[in-house]
Amino acid sequence: MSALGMKDSRQDAPAFAGVTGAPSKAFQIEGLSVKAGSAKILQDVTFDVAEGESLAIIGPNGAGKTTLLRSLMRMIPGVTGGIRVFGQSLAACSQRELARMVSYVPQAEGRTLPFTVREFMLMARYPHMSPFSHLTARDHEVVEQAMERTGVTAFADRNMDTLSGGERQKVFVAAALAQEPRAILLDEPTTFLDYRHQVEVLELVERLHREGGLTVVSVTHDLNQGALAGDRVLALRQGRTIFHGTPKELLAHPEILSGIYDTEFDYITHPHTGAIIVAPIKGQP
Amino acid sequence: MKRRWMLPLLAVIALACLLGAPFVGMSHVPMSAVLDPFGMSAESVVFWRIRVPRAITAFLAGSGLAVCGMAFQALFRNPLATPYTLGVSSGAAFGAAVYVRLGLVFTLLGIPGSSIAAFVGALMTILLVYGLTKARGGFSTSTLLLAGVALSFFLSSMLLSIQYSANLHDSFRLVRWLMGGLGMVGYDAPLNVLPFVGTGVVALALLTNELNLINTGEDIAMSRGLNVHRFKQGLFVAVSVTVGGVVAVCGPIGFVDMMVPHICRMLVGPDHRRLFPATLLFGGAFLTACDALSRTVIAPVEIPVGIITALLGGPFFLWLLLGGRRGRAGI
Repeated sequence: MSALGMKDSRQDAPAFAGVTGAPSKAFQIEGLSVKAGSAKILQDVTFDVAEGESLAIIGPNGAGKTTLLRSLMRMIPGVTGGIRVFGQSLAACSQRELARMVSYVPQAEGRTLPFTVREFMLMARYPHMSPFSHLTARDHEVVEQAMERTGVTAFADRNMDTLSGGERQKVFVAAALAQEPRAILLDEPTTFLDYRHQVEVLELVERLHREGGLTVVSVTHDLNQGALAGDRVLALRQGRTIFHGTPKELLAHPEILSGIYDTEFDYITHPHTGAIIVAPIKGQP
Repeated sequence: MKRRWMLPLLAVIALACLLGAPFVGMSHVPMSAVLDPFGMSAESVVFWRIRVPRAITAFLAGSGLAVCGMAFQALFRNPLATPYTLGVSSGAAFGAAVYVRLGLVFTLLGIPGSSIAAFVGALMTILLVYGLTKARGGFSTSTLLLAGVALSFFLSSMLLSIQYSANLHDSFRLVRWLMGGLGMVGYDAPLNVLPFVGTGVVALALLTNELNLINTGEDIAMSRGLNVHRFKQGLFVAVSVTVGGVVAVCGPIGFVDMMVPHICRMLVGPDHRRLFPATLLFGGAFLTACDALSRTVIAPVEIPVGIITALLGGPFFLWLLLGGRRGRAGI
């Protein structure tokens, strides 16, 4: 793999993809259900994410989007069903192995982090360290490169708690990248950010996806910039899949989108880009 | 990165406290007694049979309690959450008191039963507090501290009932021991504490990277490849072993586990690869100094060292609770 695990990740796939274990798939989710106590958060969710694809998970509040994302990272109990990550069964791989394939960017929130940006970044090298070992020169190199690529080098020595929400979120993306993953999971990466930082974070992720061949799965409420800009969309409602397809297919059937959110949308063509933009119609019954 | 000379300085302070403490006390110790470790003179016995083992015990207990506090503060992401405030020390004391009250006497591979009973008590309490917070869904600061306080009250009343049912002699011993003290003679005490503190300290020394990760939150730690479940199991056992071993011999000495790591965090920063050795050294030095103080402040009367640490710790706790200094130091 190259320095940041990008570019050549597709070359890892054998020539006859789809024989056993289908290695060209980043994620294969089959019959995934999640229970919390007696409540069913997710029910029988099945979908695949191809390697190098970007998938947006949308749906109303409480649909189980975050739960779905967190179950891919094995962060929650009560999960049943099959999950394969890059052909490997999730149940069979260790947390460390998982972290070498997949990294995660949490929601932008106000948790206190007493570390400097560089200290925090270096911790992302944990899955590549053998137990009880120290950081190597290569670890430092990977971290510096990841900071360079994401434009956070300027505040490398600042304390995480002194950063603005947008800067901090970029550091989270940078740290996820320093983990040298093949796929990255993002949980509402731009919520609570102002427009400038929303654009910056989204462009950063988009660039890593396009240039680096990184598989991206993100939970988002932002239809225009988030969901419709990706390769595929998965819509959840009350713990079930109600749509899985391309943004084009989603836009071709307005009843799908209105069904997801119980809201009618206007479909507007952007005057410059020609892309279709959706906007909720106000004053509905 | 921060203040590179801080660790060597702490090492020097620790060494000075450890070497200096035996010279502090009511009676002056002449050099001739110091140079005669096996001598039969009163000065020689006071120095080598009382003060030296006592300083070593204090150092071991302080180091062990402090690093356990550091580990809990990192795990619960809260400087107020320590084995003492969460009732783990009370649990250990309860375990040891039950052992004494039942008149049990046994050793396991040379380890006294009271220490094993204290370890079991500590571990049960940790699991109970942890279970309570999990049942309420996550660790909010208030839930955690309230669970700890509730459990402490419960264990204290259990301890009181044990005391009440004991005879006068045992009862007095229990009360005195519960104040937290180091008034013992000979090398049995440090030798009893050493294997426990040694085990816990080595275990925690190997977990500094993991402590850093857990300090960023469980979700991030997991996404970085930490098996959080197994890590917590290891941590709980290491802390129970250490706290149990210390409490069985010295009683529940409070607040060392809260003050020392928090002060060290201000001195060397939050990175556990530096914070751990700093806490280890400063914890030992701190309790050794407190013990020297407890022996001299109103000599010839000795104040139990637990009272000294509590006198310092109470206000410190309030200061933290009211948000005295946050920023980099605050978790």
